[in-house]
Amino acid sequence: MGVRIGSEKFFDRVDKGINNEFMRKAVVEAQTRLEGRKTKTQEEMGNWEDWRDLSEEIRQHTLDNLDFYLEQFAENVAEQGGHVFFAESAEEANDYITNVVKKKNAKNIIKSKSMVTEEIGMNEALEETGCNVVESDLGEWILQLDDHDPPSHIVVPALHKNKEQIRETFHEKRQYSNSSDPNELALFAREQLRKDFLSAEVGITGCNFAVAESGSVSLVTNEGNARLATTLPETQITVMGMERIVPTWKELDILVSMLCRSAVGQKLTSYITGLTAVKEDGDVDGPEEFHVVIVDNGRSKILGTKYQSALQCIRCAACINVCPVYRHVGGHSYGSIYPGPIGAVLTPLLDGYEDHKELPYASSLCAACTEACPVKIPLHELLVEHRKDIVEKTGKIGFAEKMAMKGYAKAASNPNLYKMGTNMAPSYIKSIAKSEEDGKGKGVGPVKLWTNIRDLPESDGNSFRKWFENRSKGGDQ
Amino acid sequence: MKVSLFLTCLADVVYPASVGQSTVEVLERLGCEVDFPKKQTCCGQPAFNSGFHRESKEVAQHMIKTFEHAEYVVSPSGSCVSMLKEYPHLFADDPDWADRASQLADKSYELTQFIVEVLKVEDVGAELEANVTYHTSCHMTRLLGVRDAPMKLLANVKGLKFTELPNKQQCCGFGGTFSVKMVPISEQMVNEKVEHIEETNADVLIGADLGCLMNIGGRIERQGKPVKVMHIAEVLNSQGS
Repeated sequence: MGVRIGSEKFFDRVDKGINNEFMRKAVVEAQTRLEGRKTKTQEEMGNWEDWRDLSEEIRQHTLDNLDFYLEQFAENVAEQGGHVFFAESAEEANDYITNVVKKKNAKNIIKSKSMVTEEIGMNEALEETGCNVVESDLGEWILQLDDHDPPSHIVVPALHKNKEQIRETFHEKRQYSNSSDPNELALFAREQLRKDFLSAEVGITGCNFAVAESGSVSLVTNEGNARLATTLPETQITVMGMERIVPTWKELDILVSMLCRSAVGQKLTSYITGLTAVKEDGDVDGPEEFHVVIVDNGRSKILGTKYQSALQCIRCAACINVCPVYRHVGGHSYGSIYPGPIGAVLTPLLDGYEDHKELPYASSLCAACTEACPVKIPLHELLVEHRKDIVEKTGKIGFAEKMAMKGYAKAASNPNLYKMGTNMAPSYIKSIAKSEEDGKGKGVGPVKLWTNIRDLPESDGNSFRKWFENRSKGGDQ
Repeated sequence: MKVSLFLTCLADVVYPASVGQSTVEVLERLGCEVDFPKKQTCCGQPAFNSGFHRESKEVAQHMIKTFEHAEYVVSPSGSCVSMLKEYPHLFADDPDWADRASQLADKSYELTQFIVEVLKVEDVGAELEANVTYHTSCHMTRLLGVRDAPMKLLANVKGLKFTELPNKQQCCGFGGTFSVKMVPISEQMVNEKVEHIEETNADVLIGADLGCLMNIGGRIERQGKPVKVMHIAEVLNSQGS
């Protein structure tokens, strides 16, 4: 799939999102539910801000010493019989993974949820070699059945679908004949998926956190699917972004708690799985062969830059769950597998400005995201940094905007010019404050864009200055 | 106490004089001597938030010079004060200006913050008979960290019947240039805000940031709804009928 989803233009995607009444209702409900639960579980912690500070410190320390911890992690995996591959690009990662699968003569692959495998388009790469890849996270499985509909949320990927739509998909693709009752739907999915779990020769997982000191991989789920996907198949491949690492189990303890609370408002999810190395003599389950693919895919270019804090992300989606823009346009409008505020920051870093130049502007800079982030990524500030780079480095700013900003700066740093402007403004504003009879706005450029949907207050003509001057002379005392 | 008023460009140019007048009169009633540096313009936020930081610096330097003499700078806008607080970062690579920027940032206050935190007053003796609700603007609460001051002051205004705004933490969709760059999204956001305001049955929406009030008020006007918009300075300056 890759980072980018779809080929439509930004505002076409936004229109589609805004007009999708069902999706919007689902997003509002999900935001209310998830944010409410998060607030409750963070209050239980008592001193949430201290936990955020500590979590930020852990993530910053890890990123500042990433080379050390990655090496430590890799050595520990290798010492215990695992294989580690550092993939610089999506292609390198996919080549390695398809080769492992080929060598095992495997055809059936069971997967647990992983954003990085979406990012590198791993499923497509495996399918091209003739493999049958099955997503075992319920949300992801629904999307996969529905002709590979892309995820619209990083934790709740099928957020945009209701139970009727899911019933329809099950019926169409798997001859499901029961009702849209969620219990019946889930039961059917379990029956279907059980066969895939049992027949899979290879299990592929993502990685919530990799523990450097022990070479372990940890996975956080509510469905237990990651545990099955790592115990039944003979071969396990774990794919992880290179920043997804913690020094020791002590830090893992803290960050897993922050992740579960921030993502779904649970103290812990139903399953927290920790996996170390391959099956040993006497073990009843676990893989006989274990591979870890550590994916760079643009991340090392972010390290050491002003955007480094974006790599602190633990993929909890708390920023998405409070974002007022996401609330109205939904995940697909972002045109990226990473939607919402973190998506608007990360997507241009991973995939360039060319296809994503609107994303940094798709925010009112209300800072709800920054406030919600459990690892204190200053998301709204990073969006402003993107805007700065777009202005100063890319040349992707229209002539009119450039001139307007230069004009603004001249006027707002020169009292005489400012006075001229302010003297002219009131009568101009008066002339365009209300809409045309057809309801459309008046004026041109940004003024028209404003007045298309809103009136302007009718100023009484730079009168504060006159009033103040007058009373200083004793006129109004 | 000597206070220099930073009026903000919206109160200066777009809004009628009453917001500035009320700010001056409230401060004077509380014993302040108010000075209005005539050379003041805008805080530079439109350029800053659009990524035009060179242009924003030009404006910031002008503002730093204009208010260098001031003991306190007080402004009827949380958002514009939060921009003044951004100046030291803006000049991070220029120690001389960073120092001057810090001096301005340290002595700048939003109006209600100044009244409660510096003047230590929570009852300004205002009276207004009205059903009201209050919009908590994002920059004032999240960037400036001022949450309680307006609520404390409003609680002591005689005659106010206050209903809390549902989803009050949610942005109204203004966002400066966002309101014209992303019109379809901004429209949905302000529509939801107006719906919540209607749910309170308030006759008056109070706010402490003219950007938000211009957006919400402009949408209310366009939709022909009977809700009046007032800046908190105007409320605090009300003396009953």
